[in-house]
Amino acid sequence: MKKKFDLDNLDCANCAAKMEDLIKKIPGVEDVSVNFLTQKMTLKADDARFDEIVKEAAKCVKKVDSDTTLLV
Amino acid sequence: MNKKQKRTVARIITALVLLILLIILEKTGNLSFLDGRWYAFVPFLLPYLLAGYDVILKAAKNIAHGQVFDENFLMMIATFGAFFVGEYAEASGVMIFYQIGELFQGIAVGKSRRSIAALMDISPEYANIERDGELVEVDPDEVHPGDLIVIKPGERIPLDGTVVDGSSMIDTSSLTGESVPRSAREGDPVISGCINGSGTLRVQVSREYEDSTVAKILELTENASSRKSPIENFITRFAKIYTPAVTIAAVLLAVIPPLLFGQDWMEWIKRACTFLVISCPCALVISVPLGFFGGIGASSRIGVLVKGSNFLEALSQVKTIVFDKTGTLTKGEFRVQKLYPAEGVSEAELLRKAALAETYSTHPIAEALRAAQRERLSEKAARTADQDAPGTGDSGRSEADDYFVTDAQEIAGKGLSVLIDGKPVLAGNAALLRDAGVDFSETEDAGTVVYLAEDGRFLGSAVISDSVKEGAKEALESLKKSGVRETVMLSGDRRKAAETVGAELSIDSVYSELLPQDKVTKLEEILRSGTGKDKTAYVGDGINDAPVLSRADLGIAMGSLGSDAAVEAADIVLMDDDVTKIAETMKIAQKTLRIVRENIWFALGVKFAVLILGAFGLASMWLATFADVGVAVIAILNSMRMLRRKAG
Repeated sequence: MKKKFDLDNLDCANCAAKMEDLIKKIPGVEDVSVNFLTQKMTLKADDARFDEIVKEAAKCVKKVDSDTTLLV
Repeated sequence: MNKKQKRTVARIITALVLLILLIILEKTGNLSFLDGRWYAFVPFLLPYLLAGYDVILKAAKNIAHGQVFDENFLMMIATFGAFFVGEYAEASGVMIFYQIGELFQGIAVGKSRRSIAALMDISPEYANIERDGELVEVDPDEVHPGDLIVIKPGERIPLDGTVVDGSSMIDTSSLTGESVPRSAREGDPVISGCINGSGTLRVQVSREYEDSTVAKILELTENASSRKSPIENFITRFAKIYTPAVTIAAVLLAVIPPLLFGQDWMEWIKRACTFLVISCPCALVISVPLGFFGGIGASSRIGVLVKGSNFLEALSQVKTIVFDKTGTLTKGEFRVQKLYPAEGVSEAELLRKAALAETYSTHPIAEALRAAQRERLSEKAARTADQDAPGTGDSGRSEADDYFVTDAQEIAGKGLSVLIDGKPVLAGNAALLRDAGVDFSETEDAGTVVYLAEDGRFLGSAVISDSVKEGAKEALESLKKSGVRETVMLSGDRRKAAETVGAELSIDSVYSELLPQDKVTKLEEILRSGTGKDKTAYVGDGINDAPVLSRADLGIAMGSLGSDAAVEAADIVLMDDDVTKIAETMKIAQKTLRIVRENIWFALGVKFAVLILGAFGLASMWLATFADVGVAVIAILNSMRMLRRKAG
């Protein structure tokens, strides 16, 4: 499944790259891109675990930059 | 500026004023009572915290998550280090300047984001659908093929479809960059994303919203940035190692000289701090993708969809362009170019007889002749509008009914013979007339020539050919000026026809009489003969050359508004069939790459220079702050030039 999410308060470009790296490491994630300019994340991941993966991704986002929130 | 930014401005100004006051007090000796005391730094803590408390809070939070190479954290360490070595004014000053830089950066990024949003502002918000005799606004997603929607004047067309009622002028500029509106009447297709003019249209929807043109374009533009160009990939990899490398270098710089060579600790800690200030690769990480985004945006504003930054980079390096002939360089429609009536015959008679003779043929040549005759009749009808002129409806047919066209016979490879009002008429190539023993004069023009004879008497000839598109010559010239070394044309057409077009447009090499699969082979030959770095682009109309489009380094499809196959197969899509847009897009691509390279060299150059100066103790922390945020702001502003580029 492929889905697009908004990222609130994504203010640091370097962080976007770090988030991308961390989320890529979540098991079941096929592809992810975090776009700093459009403040959007496109996630392609395993259907069966999709909701879980999104939750983990939200944690990764917080971990890199505590001000940024993944809007689900 | 938003509220948060305004608050930051107030904080920065207050902190700056406080700092200046403190420096004046210090210089005039009013702070001398603090000299040598351990708490001498306390006054300077005030402007420092005022300007940078959020940086410190964030650093604390992020370090708790294990983010060692966080820019806030590194900034905090750098300024703490400055306090530690007794550079109080510098410590607060650097924090203030860092915040000023961040503020400018935030404003610039916000501005770019708004320009990008404006670029994407082609998505329709609602569709008017008729339900129980009433118009209801619904989400375009809820409308399905076959439904009837109403588009009021000035509204954005929400879905692709066909007009069933009404007429209007449609502004396609947001999709094609073309400023002249197109007319839409009953039976015409309309494309989502365009703006309706002053008429109300009832449209039968032909596709789901997610398959509609506007949804496709939006998806392509948004995903374009995820297809990263080699330069972007380099920056991403570089950014990953840059911060850790600089941080480790800073630690080594602080520790090794004092430990091994007995140097002064304070001096080397100070130098290490300048390193930490420059440790964020932000200038590159923001400005490079922004530049590409701007380039893709500028292209889309002239009606050219570039499907990824990688394709924009490839386009800037194209050295060979291969064109398909029909539909790409030529209009792809056969037209009567010239009439050569024999003596004593009028042009009108020649054309009428020719069209009559070809009444029952479905050959493109026959269609061209009939179309020319219809045009002539409707012009005549317009001139004599008040008379009862023939010209209503399909005038070509009604003429055929007035006259008596019988006994049509095809003479393979030569033409045909018919009886018009009982008189035998021959229409075909020179061989046909020669065989019939008709005395006639040959025409030398390129194209297909139809000779006409009635009752053994030569009536004249008509030249029919495909014509070169307006602007094609200029387009090829400006491509050459933009750095294209070789132009090639592939054609399935006869050699003579292809070479005439080739000569007219001064194309370097022309290959004709190619079957669709031959085109792929030919392109592969051209690809093999080129050197590794030079790119070869193929331009086609996407109708039957999808394999060639996908085989080239860069596939450019044109005239593809609404054509799925072409949009799928191509890397760059021209929304209308204006060839001149290729050269324009190439210029945009080259400008984008120039800006991106400028930014990379500038940012890396300044950073490395300051790092080296810093290692030798020649760079102050002020300079380091500039190398960090100052460079970032300048690089972003440079990239924003692409976003501001006007259409055309």
